Amino acid sequence: MTTQGQSDFDPVSGRTTTGHEWDGIRELNTPLPRWWLWTFYATILWSVAYWVAYPSWPLATSFAGGAFGWTSRGAVSAEIDALNERRASQGAGLASATFAAIARDPKLMSIALAQGRVAFADNCAPCHGAGGGGGVNFPNLADDDWLWGGTLEEIAATITNGVRVDGVKATRLSLMPAFGKDNLLNADEILAVANHVRSLAGLDTQKGANLALGAKTFGDACASCHGPGGKGNPMVGAPNLTDAIWLYGSEIPSIVATISNPRNGVMPAWGGRLDPVTIKSLALYVHSLGGGK
Amino acid sequence: MQQAVAKKSMHAGEFGLVIFFGVTALLCLVVAAKTTEPAFAFHAALGVAGSLVAVFAIFNRYYERPAAEPQLEIDGKPNYNMGPVKFATIAAIFWGFAGMAVGLIIALQLAYPDLNFEPWLNFGRMRPLHTSAVIFAFGGNVLLATSFYVAQRTCRARLAGDLAPWFVVLGYQFFIVIAGTGYLLGITQSKEYAEPEWYADLWLTIVWVTYLLVFLGTLIRRKEPHIYVANWFYLAFIATVAVLHLGNGLALPVSVFSSKSYIAWGGVQDAMFQWWYGHNAVGFFLTAGFLAIMYYFIPKRAERPIYSYRLSIIHFWAVIFLYIWAGPHHLHYTALPDWAQTLGMTFSIMLWMPSWGGMINGLLTLSGAWDKLRTDPVLRMMVVSVAFYGMATFEGPMMSIKVVNSLSHYTDWTIGHVHSGALGWNAYVSFGAIYCLVPWLWGKRELYSLKLVNWHFWISTIGIVLYITAMWVSGILQGLMWRSYTALGYLEYSFIETVAAMHPFYVIRALGGLLFILGYTLMIYNIWMTIRMKEEPVNSAAFTPSFHPAE
Repeated sequence: MTTQGQSDFDPVSGRTTTGHEWDGIRELNTPLPRWWLWTFYATILWSVAYWVAYPSWPLATSFAGGAFGWTSRGAVSAEIDALNERRASQGAGLASATFAAIARDPKLMSIALAQGRVAFADNCAPCHGAGGGGGVNFPNLADDDWLWGGTLEEIAATITNGVRVDGVKATRLSLMPAFGKDNLLNADEILAVANHVRSLAGLDTQKGANLALGAKTFGDACASCHGPGGKGNPMVGAPNLTDAIWLYGSEIPSIVATISNPRNGVMPAWGGRLDPVTIKSLALYVHSLGGGK
Repeated sequence: MQQAVAKKSMHAGEFGLVIFFGVTALLCLVVAAKTTEPAFAFHAALGVAGSLVAVFAIFNRYYERPAAEPQLEIDGKPNYNMGPVKFATIAAIFWGFAGMAVGLIIALQLAYPDLNFEPWLNFGRMRPLHTSAVIFAFGGNVLLATSFYVAQRTCRARLAGDLAPWFVVLGYQFFIVIAGTGYLLGITQSKEYAEPEWYADLWLTIVWVTYLLVFLGTLIRRKEPHIYVANWFYLAFIATVAVLHLGNGLALPVSVFSSKSYIAWGGVQDAMFQWWYGHNAVGFFLTAGFLAIMYYFIPKRAERPIYSYRLSIIHFWAVIFLYIWAGPHHLHYTALPDWAQTLGMTFSIMLWMPSWGGMINGLLTLSGAWDKLRTDPVLRMMVVSVAFYGMATFEGPMMSIKVVNSLSHYTDWTIGHVHSGALGWNAYVSFGAIYCLVPWLWGKRELYSLKLVNWHFWISTIGIVLYITAMWVSGILQGLMWRSYTALGYLEYSFIETVAAMHPFYVIRALGGLLFILGYTLMIYNIWMTIRMKEEPVNSAAFTPSFHPAE
């Protein structure tokens, strides 16, 4: 063991120790590794050069702006401008072309579908599903059943203004009355009309269901929107009740629940969030999923 | 020495703490009664219970203890205080398992979202539970245990304070319980790695300042003329964490009867404070503190002198000076002003060599003892930890370069980077330290089984490799998919497609985590058997390690 303050020779490394010892631990007098030191200096020099070139040190009221005048805001603006230019040059006319014109032009169409696909996946798929297949409460966009109309113009209008959005003037708006909650129909009538609705779609009805009362009640309460035959009316968003598509389920309890206290589903208005060209592309994409009219 | 006539009386510390805990119990009782938040009332009730237990324990200890205070030296040898060290060691092992198990669960939740159980066990609440448990509960207890051990041994002095070290260790566990249960109950101030609310922060401040005083008091008492390098690192860690905690945690509670508070800082200043804190939690908690562990346990286990005293001085001060500036690299391409981003990036680059100074000193201390890596899996674990440290401290500066960051930021690459540091460096050097400490503390010649350590090493190394390679691939894939444009100038992939692409890597990551925990359970068993092992105690009075200094 060494005495404190007296350096000692370490035969393994060929160096002396500092002469200190703590709990048996000593330290060698090895100089700084040269490569380490020079690399350290190099990183410092590189940093100084970088400070000269780019915005760096804060000053009293501003900051050192850098030799090239580079700003991250400027850089991102340039990138966005370049992208917009690229899109505009390739998709020139997409903004001004009518749907009919785009449909006639395969190049414009392919651009619109490319944009629409990703815009759909990022904005619409969370509710409507990756392929637009929908689910309970969320309409299927790949079939030919359209609540608010399936033409390109109608789809674009629905996307732009949303469904039942407060404060959006042109939003798709209709409210099915709460026949049960507001005592417009009694429980017998609701059950009867639910059975009638199932019969319209060719589904079986409950044993002993009062179909006559159902038909009469349908005529009085429902036909004004859903049509006398239950074929629906896209002008007021009234679904076709005669097909096999059921947004909220086709079982008697689901239908009774809808009649008693309607769901009146909502969709955001994308007009303020997406630019008109994107919405146009989205409409074309949704239309192309298989069910467009 | 013993005064035969000494009359037993409570010393100032005991008396003061009884008053302190009495008042705390009363305050917590009022809060528990008046608050309208059930979760906060639960925490206040824990405060009442904890305070009362503390008062009872202090009285109990008073009646048990001899009249005279413990001697600083017995027969010229330091009378070390190893009780708190043992407690913190066991606590570290316990919290480590809890934290890693939660980590495995959230890894599985990412791969299989159906495993989210609302609301207590959803990912949002479990994730801070994992990070806090492994960093602050496991890592924190390892730091408490080793710092109290190393300071005593390298100063040849008994730990300062009588109750103070226990107050630090037990008070810290109480903080962990409040923080962890708070996350699950939905109490958070939503700052990453600083989630606990104002009252937990306040408690931690008291505990931490006491920790600083105990550590400083022990250094002042030292019998060695110089302060050992490990203690510089411990001191830097304790002092800086106090400053970071106070700066980032400044908040105004809505009311003393509410768990909710508002941070003093707003907007981009708040973000800057957060990442000044967050980055230096990495720098001073996970780097400086664990380098201190490295500086004691590696030379001790290798029985070799530290490679270079000069390097230790230069890299210590360079790390301390440079690290504190590097935080803005967490906020590249955000609202943070460009000049601050530049400084964050360049200081990260300059930090590369100072960080590697610790690696060089750790690895080259092995020169002349490399053969021990074959036979001593404990030393191997610590040496591999230093290698991972070197890799992570190269990867970090590289990721701070803005062009690299534009690809890596917000992706799993960051997660992979963090875990190569956390698993490879922090956990491995901790395991090494625990494997060394337990036989020393409990007076055993060696561990129960070095073979099990070997198994632990290999199983968890495979786990780490699976984890970080999965995250590298996943992160780079994710970054490339996000920035990929079609020839027409539109995004090639939607966000959800990038999420779907991550799935296989999330499964591999979870498998890596599982292996890491499997290795960890071998350590728990090994430690348990070591403590229970029947053998002649090795000079247990002075806790002399079984390793002797190289002559």
